[in-house]
Amino acid sequence: MDRREEAPLANGVRSESAELKWPVTSVSAPRIQKRLNLGDWMFRNLAALFALLLVCVLGSIVLVLLLESWGSIRTFGWGFLIGSKWDPVFKEFGALPFIYGTLVSSFLALLQAVPLSIGTALFLSELAPNWVRAPVSFLVELLATIPSVIYGLWGIFVLIPWARTYVGPALSTTLGFLPFFQGPNYGVSMLTASMILAVMVVPYVTSVTFEVIQAVPTAQREAALALGATKWEMLRMAVLPYGRTGIIGAVILGLGRAIGETMAVTMVIGNRADISTSLFAPGATMASVIANEFAEATYDLYVQALVEVGLVLLIITVFVNALARLLVWTVAGPQTNMRGV
Amino acid sequence: MNANYHRRRIVNVLAQGGMVACTVAVLVPLVLIFSYLLLKGFGSLNLAFFTHLPKPVGEPGGGMANAIVGTIILIALASVVGLPIGVATGVYLAEYGHGRLGWIVRFSADVLNGVPSIVIGIYAYTLLVLPMKGFSAYAGGCALAVIMLPIVARTTEEMLKLVPNSLREGALALGVPAWRTTLLVVIRTARAGIITGIMLAVARIAGETAPLLFTAFGSQFWHQGLSQPIASLPVQIYTYAISPFDDWHRQAWAGALVLLTLIFLTSLSVRLLTRGRVHTAR
Repeated sequence: MDRREEAPLANGVRSESAELKWPVTSVSAPRIQKRLNLGDWMFRNLAALFALLLVCVLGSIVLVLLLESWGSIRTFGWGFLIGSKWDPVFKEFGALPFIYGTLVSSFLALLQAVPLSIGTALFLSELAPNWVRAPVSFLVELLATIPSVIYGLWGIFVLIPWARTYVGPALSTTLGFLPFFQGPNYGVSMLTASMILAVMVVPYVTSVTFEVIQAVPTAQREAALALGATKWEMLRMAVLPYGRTGIIGAVILGLGRAIGETMAVTMVIGNRADISTSLFAPGATMASVIANEFAEATYDLYVQALVEVGLVLLIITVFVNALARLLVWTVAGPQTNMRGV
Repeated sequence: MNANYHRRRIVNVLAQGGMVACTVAVLVPLVLIFSYLLLKGFGSLNLAFFTHLPKPVGEPGGGMANAIVGTIILIALASVVGLPIGVATGVYLAEYGHGRLGWIVRFSADVLNGVPSIVIGIYAYTLLVLPMKGFSAYAGGCALAVIMLPIVARTTEEMLKLVPNSLREGALALGVPAWRTTLLVVIRTARAGIITGIMLAVARIAGETAPLLFTAFGSQFWHQGLSQPIASLPVQIYTYAISPFDDWHRQAWAGALVLLTLIFLTSLSVRLLTRGRVHTAR
């Protein structure tokens, strides 16, 4: 199961990793035994206390957000989620534009990131010789260590002009008949936000997909190859279907990242609380509206409404992350390395 | 038959070419980001950047010295709060975490890791900024500590689990109590690994902007005590990047270069440390 069992155990004794049943308890002198147990008892409970503290932090995040947004929840009810008007001046708050913005930008980002990620994961796992794999996977991991604000900076000064002069015109001439690619193109848009999100999500989806592909048993591959499949046929017929659940998990994990991403999106999306079909139009996401307006919210209901947006965001990400984890665990086991994810 | 085989081989080559193309496409943005950072950042770096305060709008020059110091203070604060809890949680998970509570803690840590950092910002704002009636370094540090917690806890757990059981059993056989075994043998053996986890967490929080926007808030001056707003590199980069002034844009690039260098140095030393650990473990 875990790596602990691989370690050589003394005299071949299989220590029960399930509980601490070390021979300490069988020390003969009862006086010593009692004192030893006291130390163990205190240490164990101290550690448990800190561990519980972590659980409490998570619980209190939910609680604090719920209490803090209670005024807004009472005022607007469920209408908050379907109201499309966000107007602080007239004290009207509906979060639909932000929910829409979050979902659309994340979905578009995945549309770009997922094929690239799966391709890269396959390359790293199946094609790359060792001397290529190590540096390339290091570089892909580097993408994950770049802070969001630097992506945003790069987005503002490089990606936006590029999207305005090349990507936008190219899309409107080729796919301009679709309503998504019409209207003025300022560069600050949902499309640009999704592009930068895609770059940010790629390392996460790639690394988990890689782990999942690696977890596919060799027998699967060998069976396909023995039947005369080419390498690609082997991957398509034996490896990818086997790891499908895990790969879907990886994609949902990427979705969780994209949904919660704040700074880079805030800097390139334009921050306008509108729902428009055109992807060239500026928009806003749940995270970006909080980042943008929270420090300037002037009255209680405004703050409460923003906190409620945060609560919705929290609930969605927790749900998405839990789902992803379960899916990945079913394929690659709970020890899957998802550090930093 | 032969034609079919030919077609299959062509598809195979095309698919493999596609994988290579995907990998190249993934690496292109990385190269672009780096080259722009170096190109625009280096030109704006000078001694004043590291030693001077920001100048008011319109006056050229000045630096981000206060933001660099602020980031270091915030990371230190976050570590003071987050590390003991994180490491202790990791110890609990590795040594006692096989029951139901262990499962709950592990799951909570993973969920907490997925909570958007902006939400953690709201949390810290409500718990610390509102009662203290003002933005403060404390609030920023605590927000970062919450982000650190799950990373430190989970890596500590992983690293402690790598320690061979024979070491634990050897210590116990010599009559060392279980808790001292954990402290003196297990943790000491896994020390390099635990430090790795800590540095990973530091690298992660060093670049966090969203939770600082309305907790530490930022300032244009040297830090005025921990209960006052404090500047930090990421927030400063953000403020400068969205401003309309060319001079501030230049400084934002320089700041980004400095921040990324700091983060990379941290992750690089993590790599070297991990390599050392793997080496000695075998």
